[in-house]
Amino acid sequence: MTDASQNAGPMLAADGTPLKQSLARSLRRQKLRALMLVAPLLLFVMFSFIVPIASMLFRSVENSMVSDTLPLTVEALQSWDSQSGELPDEAVYDAFVRDMVVAIDNKEHTRLGSRLNYEETGMSSLFRKSGRKLKKLDPETDGPFKEQLIEIHEGWGKPNTWAVIKTHSPAVTNGYFLNAVDMRRTPEGAQSQPEDKQILIKLFGRTLFMSLVITGACILLAYPVSYLLATLPMRVSNLLMILVLLPFWTSLLVRTSAWKVMLQQQGVINETLVWLGLVADDARLVIINNQIGTITAMTHILLPFMILPMYSVMQTIPPTYTRAAKSMGATNWTTFWRIYFPQSIPGIGAGSILVFILSIGYYITPEIVGGTKGVFISNRIAYHISSSLNWGLAAALGTILLGVVMLLYWVYDKIVGIDNVKLG
Amino acid sequence: MKPTKTLLTAAALATAAGAVSAEEMTIVSWGGAYSKSQLKAYHEPYSEKSGITILNDDSSAEAVAKLRAMNEAGNITWDVVDVVAADAIRLCDEGLAMEIDPDTMLAPAPDGTSAADDFGDLLVSDCFIPQIVYSTTFGYRTDLVGDTPPSDVCAVFDLETYPGKRSLEKRAINNMEWALICDGVAKDDVYDVLATPEGQDQALAKLGTIKDNVVWWSAGADTPQLLADGEIIMGSTYNGRLFSVIEEQKQPVAMLWDAQIFDLDGWIIPAGLSEERQQRALDYIMFATDTQRLADQAKYISYGPARASSAPLVGQHADLGIDMAPHMPTDPENAKNTFLYNYEFWADYRDDIEAKFQAWLAQ
Repeated sequence: MTDASQNAGPMLAADGTPLKQSLARSLRRQKLRALMLVAPLLLFVMFSFIVPIASMLFRSVENSMVSDTLPLTVEALQSWDSQSGELPDEAVYDAFVRDMVVAIDNKEHTRLGSRLNYEETGMSSLFRKSGRKLKKLDPETDGPFKEQLIEIHEGWGKPNTWAVIKTHSPAVTNGYFLNAVDMRRTPEGAQSQPEDKQILIKLFGRTLFMSLVITGACILLAYPVSYLLATLPMRVSNLLMILVLLPFWTSLLVRTSAWKVMLQQQGVINETLVWLGLVADDARLVIINNQIGTITAMTHILLPFMILPMYSVMQTIPPTYTRAAKSMGATNWTTFWRIYFPQSIPGIGAGSILVFILSIGYYITPEIVGGTKGVFISNRIAYHISSSLNWGLAAALGTILLGVVMLLYWVYDKIVGIDNVKLG
Repeated sequence: MKPTKTLLTAAALATAAGAVSAEEMTIVSWGGAYSKSQLKAYHEPYSEKSGITILNDDSSAEAVAKLRAMNEAGNITWDVVDVVAADAIRLCDEGLAMEIDPDTMLAPAPDGTSAADDFGDLLVSDCFIPQIVYSTTFGYRTDLVGDTPPSDVCAVFDLETYPGKRSLEKRAINNMEWALICDGVAKDDVYDVLATPEGQDQALAKLGTIKDNVVWWSAGADTPQLLADGEIIMGSTYNGRLFSVIEEQKQPVAMLWDAQIFDLDGWIIPAGLSEERQQRALDYIMFATDTQRLADQAKYISYGPARASSAPLVGQHADLGIDMAPHMPTDPENAKNTFLYNYEFWADYRDDIEAKFQAWLAQ
């Protein structure tokens, strides 16, 4: 120490290297060791979570199929003006036949047909039907092709067919995102979908609104239950806890189906009301296959996700605070509102985030009890994944949903503060 | 109980035959009573004959999406897949199903008729091996329709004579056809009309007249449940489901065969299987789609065999002991007025009309 202060040079470690350097080296070693320790988990998360999600999200803009299947045609179409209202010239038809012969050989032309059919009705059969006859053409000797193609299928004689191919030829497209917000990509630029096909924006709005209602209902129902759980004597509260957990452990499908039995017009609730004379037999309540059904069933299913974080936060609130408040003359209400409630807010915050994010992506419960008015955007995503096979659109919808959740999370952080959330 | 026994038998046979490890193949189907009928009619006799253990996977409802995902991952775990014809066409289009040559890969009829002729028009895709003809039709509660039970499909749209709820499938296919037929469009013109935006609006407007009284279903089991609970007075579903409500559960339900819409269900073999697995799948198909086997399946479920030569062999229900022929959708008495699902039309118009239909539903 005295040496160092006398020389006024850098502080040295025992082996003579500057202390700063030596410290950095040992820290680096520590960091490396820590990294090695978490590496297996990190890699696992990377490959099982981040990579699949990223690749799924990438599908929302990926559109290489057209240019991969018809490379020559796409190039030849560059010089054609799709708004001229005239057919492209022979060069395009020639390139198209060359592309198609290869594509038919690889059985790719029908895939392309299905892809373009999302944009323009009829493309699917146009490609499938033309395939058989096109296969027999030899690009080198059988030209010119314009007349022959129009002979094979009148669709090739419509400028619109070529316009669709040209519009959807870029390898990266905004088409799926436009579709996801009820618009579409056309030769004249982005346009909104015809009114009778607009549904997705409405579903996004409905999903958000109903998720909020469900979260609110969960808060109202869960608060008193959690309060009881946290304040009652152990013996009673354990019993209550089991009542909360039992449904939590029951299969989601079983619980949803049980709600069907409860809520339908010949169901338990309606039968009881009719028997009690509260409801006329011919005016039974419609409480399933609509929004009420979805909200009821989902509130019940998601309730434990609200109760558990609330309970664990409330458990940590010392009862002495409330006693102190009362001893100083506060009324029951003041004690609750000024002392107890503020301390329980982190639990509400955690529960709300959990419930809201879970419910925004819910699928099976709305499908079973939601009818037509109570379904969510996830039901459309599921439809496009498994029925229409329009994975690009499904990915775009999913990306938007993810974006909305992140945005709301950010807003929540700004308003309430994410540090103010506690799971226990 | 039964499947375990089959597995054991198969395993025992395989060991007896000196196989080093039990050969396995995964067959995908719809589950429930339908898979059971296939187990009895195809899987059990086949395992006994070949020593191959058959694993069941009830994933047919998501088969197209899953096959596409498997194909992209380069790991196809299924050997034979049961799908409806429309899905088979899509799988064929996407290059996910193998093309089948009926003359070399399927068994001829006992009288020597080639498989191609025996299946006839039902070979709707190059990749599809038809198995059954099923129909989507209506069932009604006999105790809720009053003294005049409906005999015409348009009863569905007649709220005055038959007040109450009805159930329809939550998709455009079939409903649009029925709506147009009941709005006065001739049966032969239905698809021409439906191809135009005006025709689609006409169909939706007709459906709109009963929209408030419709429960929309998405699973085949929904309508039987709704009928049994008395939630609805009539509803559409697959004819086999109605058979089990009527004959097995003895509910007060009857069939309205009028304007039933025929559809096909059958097998495909995924593209890209290894040579050995493909051979095994083809061997199974050759066995399971021969004349006798297709007729056998009708002992367990009321779907019509897809081969012309199987029809005369249809016998009695295995458990109930009733004649199955009158319960087949193809029975002349039931098939007085039928409608055939137009695959080509829906392959083109599905995306468009379905989008309109769903938007209409959400209004």
